Amino acid sequence: MSEQEYMIQMKDVNKWYGDFHVLKDINLNVKKGERIVICGPSGSGKSTTIRCMNRLEAFQEGNITIGKLELTEDVKRIQEVRRHVGMVFQHFNLFPHLSILENLILSPTWVRGTPRKEAIKTAMHFLDRVKIADQADKYPNQLSGGQQQRVAIARCLCMNPEIMLFDEPTSALDPEMIGEVLDVMSELADDGITMVCVTHEMGFAKKVADRVIFMDAGQIVEENTPHEFFDNPQSDRLKMFLEQILDH
Amino acid sequence: MKKQNKSSAPSVAFYNNPENRAIIYQILALVTIGLFTYFILDNMFDNIEKRGITTGFGFLSSEAGFGILQSLIDYDESDTHGKVFIVGLLNTILVSVIGIVMASIIGLLVGIGRLSSNWMVSKLCMVYVETFRNIPILLQILFWYNVVLASLPSPKQSISFFDSVFFNNRGLIIPKPLLESGFIGVIIAFILAIVAVIYLSNWAKKRHDETGEEFPLFWVSIGVLVGSPLIIFFLSGMPATLEIAALKGFNFKGGLTIIPELLALAFALSIYTATYIAEAVRAGIEAVPKGQKEAAFALGLKESIVLKKVVLPQALRVIIPPVINQYLNLAKNSSLATAIGYPELVTIFSGTSLNQVGQAIEIILMTMAVYLTMSITISMLMNYINARMQIKGR
Amino acid sequence: MATFERLETRQAPANTKGPIHWAKENLFSSVLSSILTLFSLYLMYITLPPLLDWMIFDATWSGTKEEIVNEGARWIFIAEKFNLFVYGFYPEELYWRPNLALVIFVVYVIGFRRIDNTKVRAFIILSFPVITYLLVAGGFGLEHVPTDKWGGLLLTIIVASVGIIASFPIGIIFALGRQSHMPIIRTISVIYIEFIRGVPLITLLFMSSVILPLFFPEGMEFDKLLRALIGITLFQAAYIAEVVRGGLQAIPTGQYEAADSLGLTYWKKMGLVILPQALKISIPNIVGSFISLFKDTTLILIIGLFDILAMVTLTNSDTSWLGFETEGYVFVTMIYWVICFSMSKYAKAIATKYNTER
Repeated sequence: MSEQEYMIQMKDVNKWYGDFHVLKDINLNVKKGERIVICGPSGSGKSTTIRCMNRLEAFQEGNITIGKLELTEDVKRIQEVRRHVGMVFQHFNLFPHLSILENLILSPTWVRGTPRKEAIKTAMHFLDRVKIADQADKYPNQLSGGQQQRVAIARCLCMNPEIMLFDEPTSALDPEMIGEVLDVMSELADDGITMVCVTHEMGFAKKVADRVIFMDAGQIVEENTPHEFFDNPQSDRLKMFLEQILDH
Repeated sequence: MKKQNKSSAPSVAFYNNPENRAIIYQILALVTIGLFTYFILDNMFDNIEKRGITTGFGFLSSEAGFGILQSLIDYDESDTHGKVFIVGLLNTILVSVIGIVMASIIGLLVGIGRLSSNWMVSKLCMVYVETFRNIPILLQILFWYNVVLASLPSPKQSISFFDSVFFNNRGLIIPKPLLESGFIGVIIAFILAIVAVIYLSNWAKKRHDETGEEFPLFWVSIGVLVGSPLIIFFLSGMPATLEIAALKGFNFKGGLTIIPELLALAFALSIYTATYIAEAVRAGIEAVPKGQKEAAFALGLKESIVLKKVVLPQALRVIIPPVINQYLNLAKNSSLATAIGYPELVTIFSGTSLNQVGQAIEIILMTMAVYLTMSITISMLMNYINARMQIKGR
Repeated sequence: MATFERLETRQAPANTKGPIHWAKENLFSSVLSSILTLFSLYLMYITLPPLLDWMIFDATWSGTKEEIVNEGARWIFIAEKFNLFVYGFYPEELYWRPNLALVIFVVYVIGFRRIDNTKVRAFIILSFPVITYLLVAGGFGLEHVPTDKWGGLLLTIIVASVGIIASFPIGIIFALGRQSHMPIIRTISVIYIEFIRGVPLITLLFMSSVILPLFFPEGMEFDKLLRALIGITLFQAAYIAEVVRGGLQAIPTGQYEAADSLGLTYWKKMGLVILPQALKISIPNIVGSFISLFKDTTLILIIGLFDILAMVTLTNSDTSWLGFETEGYVFVTMIYWVICFSMSKYAKAIATKYNTER
């Protein structure tokens, strides 16, 4: 497998918070167009892992390469990497003082220097895709959680990223709104975008993921196809975890 | 809502009906206040008559008969108490404006410094805030006046800078700018520069909208605002000179003297108020959720844009109201000038004039009215600003 | 498909922790940061050693005025004038009375925190002012000490305490008044609060000092201290009113509704349900307001009362001890700083405690 085909390569990544060993020897390679789901108990380091991919978290050992760019400490390099990676947060993080439309065109106009009219056209196109075009002039606090998260997804898409990272995108939503967000994410997956998603939504994982990864205590414990992962867990820890979540 | 049948509605005693009760209570309150006011006023007029104090505002046109240490307009002893009021008011405004500007600068720097990633800077800023916030402002004023400024040398041995600025126990003596008639050109140039900058910023924004290209607006604006008046100044043959003070005998003649009373008051007020402004700045910036910066950075935005477009707009909404409140406090605290004799409104009007004229009620009420006007104006301004800045929600 | 064995945790690599790493991250992380660090060290170098020299190492701690050789602070002045600073003009042979009041205060505070009984607590709160007044002012067989003899720290503490205690209930009344549905009561409260908050304290002190006596029949002697206390109390009450109003607004309407539906009258509702919660929420701000009041007591020197700050000028008018103003100011500064800083730390501690309790 030539390295050109990998969108994300994490090699022997280790991270400490002070003396607390948070990520242990993370090795993870994601091919172009692959859909990865990472799950595990809280504190297992799954969020930290994907936040390393766009350098919202730093790491002390190992290296990470996004596409052809190696993630270093250089600010310019980091900005470049972030132009290719979109991130959707658990708490949406929309900019409350800007309208929905302004939220979406902020980055294209200031990072890529896109003229405003063009940026608006692109923004409306993506708002349409996430089925929320009629709210373009509203402000984030006027929308429901599910609507806000869809806007957040559209905001990422306006930058045409090659990789989309999702950090527990539905964990802060009321149950009846989870579906609308997962639907949007499934459609994105069908379009062939490379996705790494941290989530507890096992239905989504079964439907969409190419690979499911289980993390516990800072390391990757098991990875497999969804079918094998859920029906045939190998490690004891994964067996225990699945029992706990499927008990609901 | 169906109207109840008159026959089935229970009858309520007059005094148990809550609406009636409310009316009764309010009438009682009004009557009590009315009686109290009558009692007070009755005694007051009695006492005034007995002490031979005149009433009314006639004293405002009578001669004051005392000198004032520093005045922004022409004043001498033959001027009226009405003019004393104006001089005092102007001095209050003067020291308040100076204090506000200095306090804002110091407060902004210290507030940002508190959040610095440099441990030393952050801790020193904290020490600053904790030290000066816990010392009463009056004590700080007296300390500056009686300890720091009083220990300065006499004029003959002044501390001097570039032979034109002198610091001694009579004050800070700086060169006095003498403006000739040609200077009006420089002022016009400055006003035009401001207009130009406004047009420039509109143009830059349009250009960015259309082409996406950025323009170094900040530096160009500074250049225009500073450069054009300067150019006109030199082109019109430098229509201004500096009158430098010279030591003649025991004191300096010429130049502009900033009296130590003003210096002490300005320093103390600025340093003290800056502690509150610093805390407000810090709280405002910390109030912006961490996720906002993360989302902005994750979108690839660079630090300066993140600050300008995401962090500051949200932080300012939290910072501005308490800071304006602090400005008001500074203006009110300027009244402590009485303790060191700086001739602002309270010192000369509620102080010297009151002692001369004896009409305490009129004078103190006039003084209070000034501050009340300030407060109410600022309040209304705040409400307007808050309404405009509201983050729209459900 | 892959499974992995459990890995051992390791120590963080040596170059990412320890004091050198910390210094690199926090003091020298960039060129600008390094410059700032060096500049800060320079600032400390030029201010701290001279300050410490003056205050401690070169200071004169004992001996007589004639024997002074050191260049630093001459603390013997403070020792000489200590009683003036602390007790003002209070007769020396009667010092035991304010001292006793202080001891009783400490005992009361300890007792208040230990004993949970409401009746006992109410007794403590109500009896304290009476006992303190009797001790300090006299009466009941104790010799009368007129208020113009009260001064220094004693006077500062008395003015602050009376201001705090008296303004509290008045402030609560006005806070309730401002929330009232009765328009006249609300208007009166708003006018009072906005008027007081809009003017400087010194003008109120002038008003209570000069104008107040005019409001009462001639011949009614108004103690100078009493006038100042009235001014300060009325001032503080308006600020307390705003603080309590903030607390009242933070109570969910559900609480008001629940109390109403239980059939409680207005005063019972306020006293048993709403106010206890509102006051609890407001405690940090109330303590903050008191700290401000404590600092504001210095203003009474402008109307001719001799608090501890006034003592600095007074002690320097003694012809045999001239020129010790710096020591006086530094001494008073330290006292105020210690007291205010302690109170603000206490306020923060309470705030944290109540935040975790919720």
